[in-house]
Amino acid sequence: MNLGHDLMALLPELILALGSMASLLIGAIAGDRRAPALSWAIAGLMVVAGAVVAVQPAATAFGGAFVVDGFSRFANVVILGAAALCTIMAQNFANAERQQHFELPVLIGLSTLGMMLMVSAASFIALYLGLELQSLALYVLAAFNRDNVRSTEAGLKYFVLGALSSGMMLYGISLIYGFTGTTEFSAVAQVVKASGVNIGLIFGLVFLISGLAFKLSAVPFHMWAPDVYEGAPTPITAFFTTAAKVAALALTIRAILIPFPDAVHQWRQIIVAVAVLSMWLGAVAAIGQTNIKRLMAYSSIGHMGYALLGLAAGTQLGVQSMLIYLAFYAITNVGTFVCIQAMRRDGAAVETISDLAGLARTRPGFAFALAALMLSLAGLPPLAGIWAKIYVFLAAMHAGLVWPAVLGVLASCVGAYYYLKIAKILYFDEPARPFDKGYGGVGMGAILTASTVFTVLFVVVPWTLVEPAAAAAQALVR
Amino acid sequence: MSHLLSIITFLPLAGAAFILFSRGAEETRAKTARWVALITTTVDLALSIVLWAGFDGSTSAFQFVERAQWLGHGISYHMGVDGISMLFIVLTGGLMPFCILASWESIKTRVAEYMIAFLVLETLMMGVFAALDLFLFYVFFEGGLIPMFLIIGVWGGKNRVYASFKFFLYTLLGSLLMLLAILWMYFTTGTADIETIINTAHFPVAVQGLLWFAFLASFAVKLPMWPVHTWLPDAHVEAPTAGSVILAAILLKMGGYGFLRFSVPMFASASVTFAPFMFVMAIMAIIYTSFVALAQEDVKKLIAYSSVAHMGFVTMGVFTLTHQGIEGGIFQMLSHGVISAALFLCVGVIYDRMHTREIAAYGGLVNRMPFYAACFMVFALANAGLPGTSGFIGEFLPMLGAFHINTWVAIFAATGVILSASYMLYLYWRVIFGELVKPALQAIKDLSLREAATLVPLVLATIIMGVYPKFIFDITSTSVAHLIQQHNAALAYDRAAHHFAKAETPAQWHVMQNVAVKTIVVGGNAP
Repeated sequence: MNLGHDLMALLPELILALGSMASLLIGAIAGDRRAPALSWAIAGLMVVAGAVVAVQPAATAFGGAFVVDGFSRFANVVILGAAALCTIMAQNFANAERQQHFELPVLIGLSTLGMMLMVSAASFIALYLGLELQSLALYVLAAFNRDNVRSTEAGLKYFVLGALSSGMMLYGISLIYGFTGTTEFSAVAQVVKASGVNIGLIFGLVFLISGLAFKLSAVPFHMWAPDVYEGAPTPITAFFTTAAKVAALALTIRAILIPFPDAVHQWRQIIVAVAVLSMWLGAVAAIGQTNIKRLMAYSSIGHMGYALLGLAAGTQLGVQSMLIYLAFYAITNVGTFVCIQAMRRDGAAVETISDLAGLARTRPGFAFALAALMLSLAGLPPLAGIWAKIYVFLAAMHAGLVWPAVLGVLASCVGAYYYLKIAKILYFDEPARPFDKGYGGVGMGAILTASTVFTVLFVVVPWTLVEPAAAAAQALVR
Repeated sequence: MSHLLSIITFLPLAGAAFILFSRGAEETRAKTARWVALITTTVDLALSIVLWAGFDGSTSAFQFVERAQWLGHGISYHMGVDGISMLFIVLTGGLMPFCILASWESIKTRVAEYMIAFLVLETLMMGVFAALDLFLFYVFFEGGLIPMFLIIGVWGGKNRVYASFKFFLYTLLGSLLMLLAILWMYFTTGTADIETIINTAHFPVAVQGLLWFAFLASFAVKLPMWPVHTWLPDAHVEAPTAGSVILAAILLKMGGYGFLRFSVPMFASASVTFAPFMFVMAIMAIIYTSFVALAQEDVKKLIAYSSVAHMGFVTMGVFTLTHQGIEGGIFQMLSHGVISAALFLCVGVIYDRMHTREIAAYGGLVNRMPFYAACFMVFALANAGLPGTSGFIGEFLPMLGAFHINTWVAIFAATGVILSASYMLYLYWRVIFGELVKPALQAIKDLSLREAATLVPLVLATIIMGVYPKFIFDITSTSVAHLIQQHNAALAYDRAAHHFAKAETPAQWHVMQNVAVKTIVVGGNAP
């Protein structure tokens, strides 16, 4: 276990870390003029790091605090892919809004680095470091549109509540450490197996899950999400709902399944409750929304609920289903937010759902893509979303969680209403004034096309996602 | 032609793609769309007739079987038809060209999108009847919601948004419950193959009830059964003519088909246990909705309610679990598919001229439209179950089946025949007969060549099916007999398992098991 080996295991993270810091230097010297070039450079580095991740051999580094395995590989590829696309979106957004700042790509790069560390963390200390790196960058990003009241409010709200949740999580971690004497996941598992679950550990577990649920915006720790998602700049909201969600969920999977396989009866009921409440809140609260970003925030809360159902199962199938869900959700949401970002009229962004009225007449391609993504999120076959849901429900029922699955199915029927309402506005209503031409910048049309093609054609080649997810799940749970 | 079934299923999709990528002005695109849709559906019809000709009615095995790798782990792309599903493919293929023709002039806006929606819908409907994998079935079954939602919502009448949402959410809720049952079946048996599950899987009797109800939730909404039928009149009224045709003729049949493919063979005990419940529901549907139909002021609504009543005969026939009942149920579905399609096309003809569906707005049409009146008469009488038309056989056989089981069920159902005659004749009288006094109707024209071309084949089909139904039974009979055998074998197994649970000694258990095994073997191999 020499340093060279450890650093090799960390190669993708190092690429991104050094790249981000170099960009920071270049930006500090060259100023905001270089922001577009830096954005493309960071996006390119993310792709390179993703490629390295994909071929990296499994390894353990830094005395077991950091692991590279099939699970982290899968999650990192999804995170890096989503982050690269969000960087491109952010660049186009800044361009359209004439707010080029070189810090934007740097911060996205750094928070992505935090996410990668979260996913690979194998001890509570490493977990916390990764999480904080991610969160601090995200707080700034939420408030990035600093002349805008809602954006600064979003940043502040996110920061205060995020700090609170980090504190809770840290308290939970300290309790777990106090009652097991270790912070390493696998060592905790051994202690729990040997000496059983005691009340202190349960307290620690509850605080830990509370902190994680906050990062996931799962009920009852979801209150920040609608305000922050609405206030943050659109590409940053996209980043929140894709890469950040993937990282938080992957982290949750590892931080619960590896240390506490023998406390399954203790955490399962919490996860089930959180999952069911999230699904229902997401389904019901979204109905009345008029702002599409707010609607997507509630949709995101709901989808976290479905994904958590896979965790509640706690089996290999459960993990596989969650990974499928994550990948589907990230890909679909990137496409959706490209659409939202392309909602511009006379050079200014519009965000209410009624602005989409009759889009099928003025922009058939745009409308088709958005409708397909929405109906996929609603879970209608043959689109991609239903398969993610099928796997989650299958895992839940397989683990004997029949009632949560039934409640989930009912919630998805309620939730289908508001996705359907968007499809209705797109197709049935009389056209509003058309949006500005194009999809808001370089590469945006391509991202949307790719996302839509995945959504529509997933049913033809499902194994492209199902098989890697199975392999990744196998690496985590046997 | 080992891929014939897949070609039939996916050919419309190719037509839709062609329309999607066609370019040009709105008007030329509309023209291309119409012709491409008509040609595609006609070729598809021709192919489904080839399929019919190549179908061997003397065996109950699945034919034209195709298998391919799909999701893995027991979930595969498995297609095939037997005597039960065969004719639904032909029905779907047969009605689509008429739908396209019926929309030829009445659809004026966004024609290309309309035709794409219809072609996609055809693929999904074909798939439902051809799929032999639970998940594949589910995809086709529920996928049909999206195009139908758009057809009602974009090209529908005044209240289209309400109708389309109601249709969508009702159906979605039902099919999601079915999805849970499918998932449960999949992980307990380890396969999603419908054929394998029917032949080898035995679900515990206690669970069967739940599974049966989960499937019922889906099929009852689709069929639709009383009291979850309320979406149907709304959807029918608001949908464009061709949408109503497809809804009544094909989409409703998926429910009845589902009973035959899943409920009866897979959940044998539950089907027997809940058969009386189904009879009550069927009779409620037959009598109650017939009375409701009698009171309607809107032509389409009247026919919609009559559809619910006629589907009551299907439910009753299927759950008699007798050969006549089940075969009658299938026949009734096919017959109603033709008749209701024709009735909606008839309504479409006068709606295109007058733009109202109100019965009171018409009267005396026979004076100006004799040919139309003649066609309409055939369908009205067929819907009322006049001997010599297909409607008679479709109502008579399920009642015959019901007589074997329970006389009261048959007696109540028979009142439905009288009621259907009264509301159909009352409708016909109000629309067609009398003096032509309304000024708006003075200039109304008889059927155009295009309209005649859509109605005359259906007149012939109605009469041929009524006079010589044997060509239908040639296809269905063996498969229905096999279905009943499968059902009885599964029932015997469940009963043996039940006795085994009560058996005192291993010796008794052994005897019971032997009985069960013998029944299954005999049941499975008998011709």
